Amino acid sequence: MDFELLIVILVDGLVYSSYLFLVAVGLTVIFGVQKVLNVTHGSFYAFGAYLAAYLIGLWSRGGLPDAGGFLLILVSALILGLILGIIIERGLLKFLYDRDEHIVVLATFAAFLVLEDVILLIWGTDPYLAFQPLALLGNSEIVGLIFDNYALTMIALSFVVAYVLWYGLNRTQFGRILLAVIYDREISMAMGINVTKVFLITFIIGTFLGALGGAYHAPIISVQPGIGVEVIVLAFAVVVIGGMGSIPGALIGSIVVGIARAAAVHQLPEIELFVIYGIMALVLIFRPEGLFAPIKARKI
Amino acid sequence: MSRLLDRTFWGLTTGLVFLFLLNFFLEEWMRTIGLQTLARGLVAIGLLVLWRTGMVSFGHALFFGFGAYTVAMMQIAGVNDIFVLLFCGTAVAGLLAVGLGFLLRQYRAIFFALLNMAFSMILYGVLAKVESLGSTDGIGISQVTFAGVKLEGETYRMGLFVIAIVFAYISAVAAHWYLKSTLGMMTMAVRENEIRVEYLGYSAEKAIHAKYIISGLLAGMGGVIMAVTVGHVDPDSMVYWPVSGDFVFITILSGTGNVGATFIGALVYELLRTYAFEFAPEIWQLILGGALLLIIMFLPDGLWSIRSEWRNRRAIAKSRSSEDQTAEQGHD
Repeated sequence: MDFELLIVILVDGLVYSSYLFLVAVGLTVIFGVQKVLNVTHGSFYAFGAYLAAYLIGLWSRGGLPDAGGFLLILVSALILGLILGIIIERGLLKFLYDRDEHIVVLATFAAFLVLEDVILLIWGTDPYLAFQPLALLGNSEIVGLIFDNYALTMIALSFVVAYVLWYGLNRTQFGRILLAVIYDREISMAMGINVTKVFLITFIIGTFLGALGGAYHAPIISVQPGIGVEVIVLAFAVVVIGGMGSIPGALIGSIVVGIARAAAVHQLPEIELFVIYGIMALVLIFRPEGLFAPIKARKI
Repeated sequence: MSRLLDRTFWGLTTGLVFLFLLNFFLEEWMRTIGLQTLARGLVAIGLLVLWRTGMVSFGHALFFGFGAYTVAMMQIAGVNDIFVLLFCGTAVAGLLAVGLGFLLRQYRAIFFALLNMAFSMILYGVLAKVESLGSTDGIGISQVTFAGVKLEGETYRMGLFVIAIVFAYISAVAAHWYLKSTLGMMTMAVRENEIRVEYLGYSAEKAIHAKYIISGLLAGMGGVIMAVTVGHVDPDSMVYWPVSGDFVFITILSGTGNVGATFIGALVYELLRTYAFEFAPEIWQLILGGALLLIIMFLPDGLWSIRSEWRNRRAIAKSRSSEDQTAEQGHD
């Protein structure tokens, strides 16, 4: 393998990793705190992509400057985080916290099916394109190959998100409270922590992250029905590889998966579709809890 | 022996006879719905068997797809008889379950569910790339023969239906007897407390492995029936992860109380899906998802719990009235 190819795989891989990280991190945050494997996350991603693409389309048709697209991406993720987060957590999950974890997964699967059609009802079946932010940033040349600058900014965004989450979790009061809730929900309740509120806030943050992943990704892809279905299994794979509920795990998991997929695309395109799940199966075989999961005591 | 011939057995037998007679009066489209119900119902029985241990698989489309694609591959090889196809499809899926079981029996809860999903997605990835099996477009399945006999026109579907109900009947009765056997009962103990089961001298992992193989066999058989019914196999409708989700949906819908209820659940699912798609093609997923949510919220033990609930109420009412009587007698 020559040097140029290596660079290409690395850059391609990192771009794909950052995309995976943005989607998977919200899933892992929700799982870490609430122990809910949230299939609805795929819909959050799709909602984010649709709303951002729609707003950017309106914006540029109004003749406003293209740079506003970035603001719109953030705004749509915030709006969706608040609306969808509150609806799903208060309207559905609240009733299911004491139920079997499979039932909760299935309930979010049901909500996912419902939201898929809601998206179709709102935005129809035609694809949406929101290329303005992509066109605005232009592209740059690395070892003779052309990369979109927009895609490269995604890597930066991932690191920002990872840092903010790390800081929030380890250096703020809310983060400490969150760690207490993760460690033992009942004891933290007894200590006077409002766990209901913590759950709601966490879920809103998770939803916001899922929607942000979709919204930021909207300019690069064609926003069309079915994008949520594809994303959610990818996010599962990343989260499982990294260790469910671990933020550094999601980061490492997405880098592993991203680079492996980029290598497969360039070297062995036949295995591109299942290389990710192959890694997932391998990791589960040798480290069932994932690469970074915290150690748990077995209860008898 | 009489222990085995219980109400469920007679219920299933009545169902078999009833469906056999009904077969002569059914319309073509009803028979198709019936066949799909039986195919999905078989997979759901497999999931029920696993569920009794408290384990749920989000990847049984793996075995379903394996059965279905075995049909496609055997037809390419020139084998076209339904009995051979059923046997091979079921056996191949079963062998896969034997192999994977050695690994998967060590996993519990969400890890078991997700590892299954990972394997089904690997199969999806492979099938989507194999050109000779039509990659993402899939491949057509031609009409099969029945032990060498070629059936034409309406009798073809009638023949298929008879085969499907007989095999579904045999599988359902076998699964029911298995669940009543010591090995089957023991897995409920595994669900309650695995470590205690181990201390009693049983191997929980072996019990789970057995269940996994049974569920794999049943899903493979379901896959064969589905492939022959639809006349086409493709990765998206046979192996993709929402297919596995649908199977779990049927299991929840039916509840895990009774093997027979699974077919009722599968029928309800099939009708819901068909009519939602027919009358509200824009919101059929919304209707399915909404129904699933309602079941989870209000009927946590599935449709079967309506019946047990009703029986409980009657029993309570009965004991109350007898209490009243004794109370009155006491007054005298």
